[in-house]
Amino acid sequence: MHGMEFDVAHMLAGLLVLVSFMMLYQDRLYALLNVLALHAGILALSVAWQAFIQDAPHLYITAAIALGIKAILIPWALRRMVFRMGLHREIETVVGIGLTMLVGMALVALSVEVMLPVTAHADPVTREDLALALSVVLIGMLMMVTRRNAVSQVVGFLSMENGIILAAAGAHGMPLVVEISIAFSILVALIVIGVFLFRIRERFDTVDIGALEPFGGGRE
Amino acid sequence: MTGMAVIGALLVQLVQMVLVLAAAPLFTGLVRKAKARLQRRRGPSLVQPYRDLRRLMGKDVVLADNASWLFRVAPYVIFAATWVAASLVPTFAAGLLFSSTGDLIAIAALLGTARFAQALAALDIGTAFGGIGSSREMMIASLAEPAMIMIVFSVALIVGSTQLSTIAEQMIVLPVGLRVSLALALVALVIVAIAENARIPVDNPATHLELTMVHEAMVLEYSGRHLAMIELATWLKLVVYVSVIVCIFFPFGLVHDGAGPFAYAGGVVAWAAKLAGIGVLLAIFETAIAKMRVFRVPNFLGASLMLGLLGVLLLFVSRGM
Repeated sequence: MHGMEFDVAHMLAGLLVLVSFMMLYQDRLYALLNVLALHAGILALSVAWQAFIQDAPHLYITAAIALGIKAILIPWALRRMVFRMGLHREIETVVGIGLTMLVGMALVALSVEVMLPVTAHADPVTREDLALALSVVLIGMLMMVTRRNAVSQVVGFLSMENGIILAAAGAHGMPLVVEISIAFSILVALIVIGVFLFRIRERFDTVDIGALEPFGGGRE
Repeated sequence: MTGMAVIGALLVQLVQMVLVLAAAPLFTGLVRKAKARLQRRRGPSLVQPYRDLRRLMGKDVVLADNASWLFRVAPYVIFAATWVAASLVPTFAAGLLFSSTGDLIAIAALLGTARFAQALAALDIGTAFGGIGSSREMMIASLAEPAMIMIVFSVALIVGSTQLSTIAEQMIVLPVGLRVSLALALVALVIVAIAENARIPVDNPATHLELTMVHEAMVLEYSGRHLAMIELATWLKLVVYVSVIVCIFFPFGLVHDGAGPFAYAGGVVAWAAKLAGIGVLLAIFETAIAKMRVFRVPNFLGASLMLGLLGVLLLFVSRGM
């Protein structure tokens, strides 16, 4: 099946992976938040397309939630936070963008390699969505592992969640209740994270996670 | 193939080689003029590169005392390799006589040979600038070449061939549809072309007095007809890259094998129009963007490599269906 439906789904999911890579490349916090908004926007488009081809109207609500909360509300809140903490002009010292991106490519290859044999009998659109969603999740994790700034780690976490939504939308019929509860738990997580970020900064005068390491305990 | 057909094909091939060579200085002149106009300068005339060539040809060659034969041979090697590469790219007609002898990978290899000769020649004299230039050039090349190969792979996976003529013909007839991989390959190829031709975010083609220069640092010691050869090869290389981009992604108006003379004329006009369009776009891009620090270039090219790789991976996903 290589119709228009498949092509558009392929393009949107591929774009989502591409934007994940843009996140890995970006080292300015403000620009990173813009990329996060773009990521969620593409996710919303992708989910809306799934709603259209699966003829599943409740997915439109999922898309609307993705657009409203993740593409507009959360980036706006994070931007305010970053501004209030005076980090808005900060350039993060990322070690080895090139290396990180290569690791990201390896993760994409890994998820394709894992997902395609496992889902051999599923619908092609679903299979592809699952493979690319897994890579978005893994790149989000990579982002959380490689960044030292707490705000970027939050961005990695949120992009990981976007990947999960992509997988769920592709997998024919995620109940709406689940989606809404995920959306709200993300909001709650954001509030907790926000409080936490301010606490970290209050105590250590920075949101660089490296400053916390001496207090890790267990290591001499 | 009958005798007449062979002669006809040979004629078209020769016309193509001469045409590319003749158009290269004009194209550079056009880009310079467009840039000057965008900066509200009048700029040199469109034919100024031809005048430069004539002037350089008439001048004596000044050689450093310790220049070896390598330094004297390199300009001709560079020019020859680039010209052969140019003869393999279908500019206005697909199915050229020589194109069966080399595909896109061969073109990349020929251009790589030219760069190799240039870097060696720059090291030969032993000046600091030559050393800086060639080491930077190699740093750029070591990232741009894998990216180029990735682009070749992703196009070849879609079309089923690395032959430029076949690619161009298939791109017209194949129901390619919406392919995100093709878009990724286009962006990656544009980045590679910018880096390889020493255009603005990577290198500045109009400066001699910057510590960040790459290409100009390598040719600093050349003069007279040697410099003319190198300059012509540089302009030719730009046209080669633009033609490759045009031929893969915008192959409209390409004439097929054995068409009438009017069709060929139409093909030439279409090619010229596409070149002019891209030349103006390049000028706008170069005016709008600032030169990058040299140490950011690996990231920029790494992005291109990443896009190429991602395109190939996405193709594997959609082919695994």
